[in-house]
Amino acid sequence: MTAAALEMRGLSKSFGSLAVARDITLDLPAGARYALIGPNGAGKTTLINLVTGMLAPDSGQIFLAGEDVTDLEPQARVKRGLARTFQINTLFAGLNPLEAVTLAVCEREGIARRFWRPLATNGAAIDEAYEILRKLKLADVCYQITRELPYGRQRLLEIALALATRPRVLLLDEPAAGVPPEESGDIFEVVAGLSDELSVLFIEHDMHIVFRFATHIIVLVAGAVFTQGSPKEIAADPSVREVYLGTRKHG
Amino acid sequence: MSSTASVTPQQYLERQGRWHPLEIAFWLATLLPYVLFPDYLSLASQIAAAALFALSLDLILGYAGVVSLGHAAFFGVGAYTAGIFSKYVWGDVFSGLVVAAALAALTGWASSFIVARFRHLTLIMITLGLGLLLAEAANRAHWLTGGSDGLQGMAIAPIFGVFNFDLYGKTAYAYSLAVLFVMFLAARRLVHSPFGLALRGIRENFVRMPAIGAESRAHIRTVYTIAAGMAGIAGALIAQTTQTVALESIGFQRSADVLVMLVLGGAGRLYGGLIGSIIFMIARDQLSGMAPQYWYFWIGVLLITVVMVLPNGILGGLSVLWSRWRKR
Repeated sequence: MTAAALEMRGLSKSFGSLAVARDITLDLPAGARYALIGPNGAGKTTLINLVTGMLAPDSGQIFLAGEDVTDLEPQARVKRGLARTFQINTLFAGLNPLEAVTLAVCEREGIARRFWRPLATNGAAIDEAYEILRKLKLADVCYQITRELPYGRQRLLEIALALATRPRVLLLDEPAAGVPPEESGDIFEVVAGLSDELSVLFIEHDMHIVFRFATHIIVLVAGAVFTQGSPKEIAADPSVREVYLGTRKHG
Repeated sequence: MSSTASVTPQQYLERQGRWHPLEIAFWLATLLPYVLFPDYLSLASQIAAAALFALSLDLILGYAGVVSLGHAAFFGVGAYTAGIFSKYVWGDVFSGLVVAAALAALTGWASSFIVARFRHLTLIMITLGLGLLLAEAANRAHWLTGGSDGLQGMAIAPIFGVFNFDLYGKTAYAYSLAVLFVMFLAARRLVHSPFGLALRGIRENFVRMPAIGAESRAHIRTVYTIAAGMAGIAGALIAQTTQTVALESIGFQRSADVLVMLVLGGAGRLYGGLIGSIIFMIARDQLSGMAPQYWYFWIGVLLITVVMVLPNGILGGLSVLWSRWRKR
């Protein structure tokens, strides 16, 4: 049996008396397109922080392609193929997209430690960065400073930075957050066009998008897995409707 | 914008590292004191050392965003090392520089393990504390450093066995300027390397760095060690050219002064520390002549004005003007 790309075993985390993750056990198979949904404060972003190592769980384990990564630092998990994006833009505001993505490629290749040869001599890394930007339709703005880019382009750059680490598992925290509905489809077209070998877990509030792009949906409520299943099953489940779809409130 | 449209990404990055005509003009202008101000060569030599010190701070603060209020620790270690080396071992300046750089870098490397773990106010307090610690150690070790009397009895040999350090500072300035230029070339190379890009990444977004797989702490340790070595060379220059080491070399005031120089000129730009130190040192020289008691008052006025009007320093302000003028 081949191991799942990402496994969570009994992850729990509390802040004081507030349990933000309760005994979460999930598998993300290779090539998955999973959606993680749930009302505000359900602990979706917390789960991503736990999996990527930005938060330490109180108990439980995380396996990446069968390897226990629970005690590894975030950057070590990235080196093993686990990448994420952020709900609130967490970009290099003063760099341009070409520099930012080249930096990510250089870090992956171990070039970023070299302080003697000029950056421009690393042709392969630069070309790879440009290719990622081109695929994400950022080539025309790749010399423009990040803080001056239109917001939608910045959301795409979030994904470009994650892709530059050459992940096997990609966690997208509301990739289209704050993007007007008519543009959010464009961002998910990019997600849908990613390699089949890449496993993707994304958080998204727009149910049209979730039903269109996810093959499997996990519903998180109050830090615990409420239910999971195919989009059809989730759509037909009256209890999901009650806890989530019924309450039409989201950020 | 249109000028970069047809450029390949590699060419674009290559152009960023290319020499600008203004840079060549700047370095040619550093020779002017020999012709225009022959009476001020000693001051010019001190400016060159201060500029190197500010450049070293720029690498950690301006590029990596690592704040320090104790950078004089490395300047002082370099100064005392060069002084003690000349007194007890050998008067050759170049070996003195190398030993000073090595010891300062070693001190920097040792402290980098603490420094790389913290940021912001905690980091300011830690660097301040480390600086005070070393300053007090230098004060207590009277037998070695001369304490508050200053280190006496340095014996500096003529450079290449020929050029003596004269009273007018002719040799001193040539020597300091040459060392500054060589170190500037090294800093320039570093800034335009992949490592330099990683440092800017740390400065721009410390949180994102681990999420792209970066070992930020290792990067900070490396640059801190390099900057400490460079600061040590700056200290050694002052020691060798003035043939004494005062306790002020390692004091808090020097850490504060170099921060002011860098902020005045513009942090995060290679020439920021250079321009800042020229302005600061000339202002100090002129103002202390006019008002020996109160010259820091005017430095304060200058600092507040620049920071309020030009948040990115004098060079930052000039570059905004320059890009506006080009867009017209």
